[in-house]
Amino acid sequence: MKIPLSWLRDFVELNESVEELRETLDDLGLVVEGIEYVGEGLEDVVVARVDEIRAIEGADRVRLVVVDAGEGPLEIVCGATNFELGNYVPLAPVGAVLPGGFAIGERKMRGVTSHGMLCSSRELGLDDDHQGLMILDDLITPKVGEGLLEALSLTPDVVFDISVEGNRPDAWSVQGVARDLATRFARSLKEPALAVPTSASESATVAAVAIDAPDLCGRFTVSVLQKVHVGPSPAWIAQRLQAAGMRPISNVVDASNYVMLELGQPTHPYDAQHVSQRTLRARRARTGENLETLDGVIRPLAMAGRGLGDTGEDCVIVDGDDRVLGLAGIMGGASSEISASTTEVLLEAAYFDPMSIARSSKRHGLRSEASNRFERGVDPELALRAAARFVELLKESVPELEWLSNPLDVRGVVPTPPTVELRDGDIAKTLGVELSDNDVTSILDGLGFSVRREQSSLVVTPPSARLDVRSGAAGRADVIEEIARLYGYGRLPRRTPTWPEPGGLTARQKLRRRVRDIIVDLGVIEAWTPTLVSDEDFELLHAELERVRITNPLASDESVLRATMLTGLVTAWSRNVERGVGDVVLGEIGTVFTHPLSSAQARVTKGGAGGRVTLELPHEKERVTVIFGRPEDDARVAVAFWTVLAERLGLQDVVVRSVSDEPAGMHPTRTGAIVDRVSGAVIGYVGEVDSALVENVSPSLRGRRVGVLDLDFDVLSDPALAVRKSELADVPSRFPSAVFDLALVTPRTVHALDLAYELGSLSELIESVKLFDVYEGENLPEGTRSLAYSIRLSSMERTLSESEVNAERERLIARAAALGAQLR
Amino acid sequence: MTTSPLENLHEETAQLLARIESLDSIDALVEAEPFIIGKRSVLSTMQKSLGGLEPDARRDAGAQLQEARRNVEDALSRRRAHLAELARRTQLEKDRLDLGDVVVSSVRWPATTGHASLVASTQRELEDVFVAMGFTVSDGPEVESDWYNFEALNIPPAHPARGMWDTFYVELGEPETVVLRTHTSPTQIHLMESAVATSSLPIHSVMPGRCFRRDTPDARHLATFHQIEGLVVDRGITFADLAGVIETFTQAYFGTDISSRLRPAYFPFTEPSAEFEVTCTICRGEGCRTCSHTGWIELGGCGVLDPAVLSAVGIDGDEWSGFAFGFGIDRCAQMRHQIADMRALIENDVRFLEQFS
Repeated sequence: MKIPLSWLRDFVELNESVEELRETLDDLGLVVEGIEYVGEGLEDVVVARVDEIRAIEGADRVRLVVVDAGEGPLEIVCGATNFELGNYVPLAPVGAVLPGGFAIGERKMRGVTSHGMLCSSRELGLDDDHQGLMILDDLITPKVGEGLLEALSLTPDVVFDISVEGNRPDAWSVQGVARDLATRFARSLKEPALAVPTSASESATVAAVAIDAPDLCGRFTVSVLQKVHVGPSPAWIAQRLQAAGMRPISNVVDASNYVMLELGQPTHPYDAQHVSQRTLRARRARTGENLETLDGVIRPLAMAGRGLGDTGEDCVIVDGDDRVLGLAGIMGGASSEISASTTEVLLEAAYFDPMSIARSSKRHGLRSEASNRFERGVDPELALRAAARFVELLKESVPELEWLSNPLDVRGVVPTPPTVELRDGDIAKTLGVELSDNDVTSILDGLGFSVRREQSSLVVTPPSARLDVRSGAAGRADVIEEIARLYGYGRLPRRTPTWPEPGGLTARQKLRRRVRDIIVDLGVIEAWTPTLVSDEDFELLHAELERVRITNPLASDESVLRATMLTGLVTAWSRNVERGVGDVVLGEIGTVFTHPLSSAQARVTKGGAGGRVTLELPHEKERVTVIFGRPEDDARVAVAFWTVLAERLGLQDVVVRSVSDEPAGMHPTRTGAIVDRVSGAVIGYVGEVDSALVENVSPSLRGRRVGVLDLDFDVLSDPALAVRKSELADVPSRFPSAVFDLALVTPRTVHALDLAYELGSLSELIESVKLFDVYEGENLPEGTRSLAYSIRLSSMERTLSESEVNAERERLIARAAALGAQLR
Repeated sequence: MTTSPLENLHEETAQLLARIESLDSIDALVEAEPFIIGKRSVLSTMQKSLGGLEPDARRDAGAQLQEARRNVEDALSRRRAHLAELARRTQLEKDRLDLGDVVVSSVRWPATTGHASLVASTQRELEDVFVAMGFTVSDGPEVESDWYNFEALNIPPAHPARGMWDTFYVELGEPETVVLRTHTSPTQIHLMESAVATSSLPIHSVMPGRCFRRDTPDARHLATFHQIEGLVVDRGITFADLAGVIETFTQAYFGTDISSRLRPAYFPFTEPSAEFEVTCTICRGEGCRTCSHTGWIELGGCGVLDPAVLSAVGIDGDEWSGFAFGFGIDRCAQMRHQIADMRALIENDVRFLEQFS
């Protein structure tokens, strides 16, 4: 909200500097987002008349303009073309310094000297118009040589752009901001001049008003104004509106906007001739009704909306023929708009239920200055005061204006201000410090709250404008916030609390950190790929799955929640290859989603209005995915990486087994499942990315092998599924070990690590069985390969004799033979 | 009566189909294609010969020819898919590798430097500061119901305050009842509900995580971003404790020459609410462009828990009170490393990622 300082000064005496005021406003929670200086730098600008326009030889973008600014002809080089001989335009003479510090000097262009600059209104900082020069003929009665500030009756001013928080409907006005400042500075708040009805005629003899929906419309006042002449506003009103960012339209509309900005009450003027029977009623819209709003859009009313619990209720204003004139509190209709021929006005000033305005405004996608205020809550007691202010302002341009006596005023349901009990100690309980009654009372007084002491409590009643103050405990918090805000947050004490409960990470969080540390140590660059992916990317791997779709995506290629990080990583890798920096291992630890219809483990949670409905939400799984994209990388590299990671994580007994039901995106003949042999759980998959996926993501990478490791972190972090080694230490034997190799011709159906495990558990003397070579050759039987193991034997009690070693060797060979493996 | 140019259409088509079935490789198919449906095919020859016919006859013949052509094309594309699948199968079989047989010690592993994500390492650093102050760390889901993301946080449906969060809705259940969480605050509700259910109050926890807002990405905002949120529910907790925790955190994370200040703000779930600002880390409070010459940079929001939130989760506000605060993890990273454009964080350009140790 833009507020000129001069306007604030109408309400409170302010001698502080602009910088001090900015700090004070910030400290009150009225954050200043910008400061504009209107009229600054225009002191030297004068009104000039265009007397001659000549072409400059060799120049087609600029012309020579001769003007008179009261001191004889002056030659100016000018690029604008929107003016004619005889027009009056602003001239910044040599020596002037325009807003933004732009100094005007003599300039030579195309061999011609320019003695100043003719200005657009944007160059003068007056508005954003930069179409050409500012033409003064229609704005004022121009006098050559007159200072522009005097000519436009402009007083230099400072405009604060203030961001008003959602719980401060009362502060969304000049007077509201002034009230905060007055309270903070302990100064008095002035009241604006208000008119009183002058006409002897009773309003009720001419017009009528009624509320048919008392829950939606809490108060409806109508003032009848006669002898209206529609014309321009006085300059000072127009300028204030402009400074506040609103365009002046006509005296009637401007007065309505002025009152809204000043007091916070939106009003709506109707042309009485176009209101049948001069009757206004507020009622619910009926399904099938339409309204053409002032913006020219025809809107169907009373249609149920998409939002939670939105039944489609609209409050409308109708006339005596039950014809819809406007969407209450949001926007008027075109039919009863004020026009140049309007002579009699019905002025509506009302209170509408904030939530119903909010719903209608959202449903119709229609926001206005009025709806923004009504949906946060306009003071229900403000209506007639606002009407009186409106009349006072309109009288400036229409002195003969008549306001009929006893304006119409009917009421529906209006919220009653709560009574909030501040018990002694409540303030300290919330703020950590007790404040004196005096401090509290003067703050609340200043804000218009009434306060009285009753034994050990202060009983506080907020003013009608403070619809944000609730009742009970919540109301106490609201009142205490106001006290703290005006007292100054910076003056409140600080205390760093301690507690006996220890902080720390959960086992799962520690494991996540450990996994990240290890994979990064092993060379992984951690990426951040999109959670929201395109339909096409989703279909690449999961065409058969239900997808979790976003209703309102920002872009169509960000409309589905990912079911894998693999596609994202391969895409990120291929982009880096294109940049020539793709010689990397990329990884991500993140969440993937499964639609409740495709998941056996949908998340059941509370939802719906009031949390009363049971909802099934997507199953969220945490995964660790790594792709190996260096030129020589392949499935073997991925397996080696996993083996190191598994060792570092202290997994007791995991094995990689080739699978035929590999997950989508994994290579069908070069993928293994990582199985915990103790629990049987699948911890993840390791191997290569399906060549079809690589080719799909980037055809130029066709045939490139990319290793992959994809771990289910939910399984990995569950010690019952991914079983850890015992923490108990084994001390190696002090006696020397016997080491020998066994090469076993083994059917492909027998897994190398399973065989090692079987051999290793044969006797207490076997310290380890390690695969060190796999030989595949033509001289081996079909369907077999030779597995070479290094066997290490030792005893805790003695050095093993040769015969003991041989006996063990024979047992191992026999055991291997029983499993189908023959000594080579 | 002249001989129809399509007299042999059936036989020719049958021959073409048979020929297609006999193609045994993609290469053979590519080679044969021009002779089957291309300009040099019998079908094209027949097409050209239609010119001499009467209009009606030409239309009939044209339609027949069209159908034949369609059949041939369909057969060709089926064959192409079949051969491609065969070729893929053959290649896959050739590629077959039993991963159980990988001899790890023989795998070549070139030395490569890894780098943790800047967001992850920033998050860890922030967590560590809070853990040292006695906080636990809690995770929460990224898809939430309206109840957890809004209503339990004192933001009822259609409330204008919802305009503070541009929300992505998920197509599940009734319209606009499931959302991508717009902040980490729903995790607060989960924590408080479970603490009430298991009688395990107090709570001192921080909640980091990924959030989503329907906000077109620019140099300062991403539609996907990370927040860390803190929650304390204990006996005798006040605004002074909140201000103290913020100040301790600020000094621990940014350095002892950086301090914090609070100014009034509005959040539906806290009352009193505050925005917290820290000394501008660029100019150290002197005033510069980054801080709009104020010497302060806005970091996050905080406040004393609103009684409405405590009552939504069934906590007795006479016995317990608390505070919450939250701010952007990505934003902290941006401040520290002076990242001119946040979008660099999601572009995954290795040259960017490699800068962070």
